[in-house]
Amino acid sequence: MKKHGARLSKDFVEQLSWEKNEPAWMREHRLHCLEIFEKLPMPRFGPDLSELDLGDLTYYARPVEPVQSWDELPEELRRTFQALGLPEAEQKALAGLGAQVDSEEVYRSLLEELRAKGVIFTSMEKAVREFPWIQDYFMKIVPPEDNKFAALHGAVWSGGTFIWIPEGVEVEIPLQAYYRMQTEGVGQFEHTLIIAERGSSVHYIEGCSAPRYSRMSLHSGMVEIYAKEEARVRFTTIQNWSKNVYNLNNKRAWAYAGASVDWVSGSLGSKVTMLYPTTVLLGKGARTENLSFTFAQEGMWLDTGARAIHRAPDTTSRLVSRSVVQGRAKSVFRGTVYVAPGARGAKAHVECSTLLLSPEARTETIPILNAENDEVELGHEATVGRVSQEQLFYLMSRGLDESQALSLIVNGFVSPILKEIPLEYAVELRRLLEMSFERAIA
Amino acid sequence: MNALEVHDLWVRVGDKLILRGVDLALEPGQVHALMGPNGSGKSTLALALAGHPEYQVVKGRAFLEGRDLLALPPYERARAGLFVAFQYPPEVEGVKLREFLRLACGERGKGFCEFQRIFPQALARLKMEDFRDRELNVGFSGGEKKRAELLQLYMLRPKVALLDEPDSGVDVDAMRLIAEVIKEMAAAGTAVLIITHYPRLLEYVPPEKVFVLLDGRIVDHDGPELAWRIGEAGFEVVRK
Ligand SMILES: Nc1ncnc2c1ncn2[C@@H]1O[C@H](COP(=O)(O)OP(=O)(O)O)[C@@H](O)[C@H]1O
Ligand SMILES: [Mg+2]
Repeated sequence: MKKHGARLSKDFVEQLSWEKNEPAWMREHRLHCLEIFEKLPMPRFGPDLSELDLGDLTYYARPVEPVQSWDELPEELRRTFQALGLPEAEQKALAGLGAQVDSEEVYRSLLEELRAKGVIFTSMEKAVREFPWIQDYFMKIVPPEDNKFAALHGAVWSGGTFIWIPEGVEVEIPLQAYYRMQTEGVGQFEHTLIIAERGSSVHYIEGCSAPRYSRMSLHSGMVEIYAKEEARVRFTTIQNWSKNVYNLNNKRAWAYAGASVDWVSGSLGSKVTMLYPTTVLLGKGARTENLSFTFAQEGMWLDTGARAIHRAPDTTSRLVSRSVVQGRAKSVFRGTVYVAPGARGAKAHVECSTLLLSPEARTETIPILNAENDEVELGHEATVGRVSQEQLFYLMSRGLDESQALSLIVNGFVSPILKEIPLEYAVELRRLLEMSFERAIA
Repeated sequence: MNALEVHDLWVRVGDKLILRGVDLALEPGQVHALMGPNGSGKSTLALALAGHPEYQVVKGRAFLEGRDLLALPPYERARAGLFVAFQYPPEVEGVKLREFLRLACGERGKGFCEFQRIFPQALARLKMEDFRDRELNVGFSGGEKKRAELLQLYMLRPKVALLDEPDSGVDVDAMRLIAEVIKEMAAAGTAVLIITHYPRLLEYVPPEKVFVLLDGRIVDHDGPELAWRIGEAGFEVVRK
């Protein structure tokens, strides 16, 4: 396959599938998705996507060959991963780590003791080749008909992670994947599928970044999570894409009886983000929590949200968002709760607060709470605050420069969410925030 | 050398000229008072010296220990040793008093260990132990805000302290406490300017010099007797 200039077409999709040596079902799935993609319209809500030219993307790029150890990576990439602290985190804080550059995985490791317990942590391609039963799970939570980018993803997906946690196995320390977009104008479409069997638990963390180019690139990943009875899954994403990236994702989970699924999302980068992690609470007593932190800076539109679909009795959801908006930027939070007729005793709480750092900053909160039975408890709160010149001047009159003053205010505002993030990542988020202020003010 | 010198300072807010040639000198280790009726420009003087962007210096100069104050951004003025206690300290949601003071002390050259040592002392001195984990000024009563300003002063140990109505909204006990702290700061070498339109606090901290600001100018200065005369007869005594 050509490394660059791969354009979207039926031939391309077929060739991609042949190159990946996929079973027939996947090849058919891809072609089916492509057909749907061509029929579906662009999203009819949210950010302006008119500058995103789907005809001008590189749909497959493999600038780096996979390696067994960090040392074998090309110098520049090795230094990038070093600076991101990946090898160090792998040693100290992680049970397993995968790293992907553009379309393909370049590195993966898993603690031996987890392998021995039967945990599977492997590339999505490998899983599709080795486990025929994956067909029953792949894009069953987010079908291609759902939206245009889900269909596109289904046609051209490449890379990503498959995780299977056997019944009762608790993975105490997190597994992580890191996504890097390296090639100019590339599209990245990794697929993550997590199956946590009955009574198991896992915490998965995603990080992302890209160098800045003038040409647009697209990240359109998909995450599907199956939390079986009494399983606990926590999915954390820290996104710091550069400002030429359209970040349009589909993330959805099914929570069976007594299971819990938590989404934690930190969105600090990209030109446009559309991200609405969704949990369908399928079984009695299932729970979900969705914590979202967004930091929209000059020129960005971060359109995020959370959805909880209560389909069973005694299910609970808590959707919490904190957004900070600086410069001419916009943040939107769509908090959607649906309670089905049979979901008696459901409880849902939506809470959204925004801090505006500049007069031009824009924000919108769009709660949709819809219950089809009376035995529910629904709560909703939204607040918008603005940092005043008086507050800034006051802090500065005590010796803090503008970026210190802003990060102090913003840190205070987001600390309730940062508490939910593993310590190292909270520290990293704080550092990214401070860097952004220094850059914005310089 | 004077700790602070202000020469022929003219300041406007928007189109309105408020200070029209203020001259002022503060000596290290001394307490001074600036009096004047409401609207005479006292707060304007303090905020302009602190570098508030809305208070534009049209003309004039100011020196802190000989350093050109007006050339510095607000935070550099503070780092150089200027402190202004605000007449109306704003509430800053989400920011812990403690975190804020730790950073501010850092910028005044006080490391973390020193901060850890002096913060409890300062809280005790201002009888503010309960405020340790509070958010900065959030929900503080008027008098508590004034005490919190003094707490900051006490921690930061500036060279020059301009205290804008530290006495307003303060009960008798707190007034005494504030007076004690001001004396202690002056004794430690800080040049203090108490801004007030009421001589009450000055009875507890007799100033060595009293300046009177009227219509944007210093019209009179004298020893503490001037404050007592104003207390008895109002600002009429300096008008003629
Ligand atoms: N931010 C401002 N905008 C408009 N006018 C102001 C502002 N600050 C002060 N002034 C005006 O300047 C004059 C002096 O005010 P100020 O310095 O607060 O007086 P004082 O502190 O002596 O009571 C008043 O007429 C006041 O209304
Ligand atoms: Mg005033």
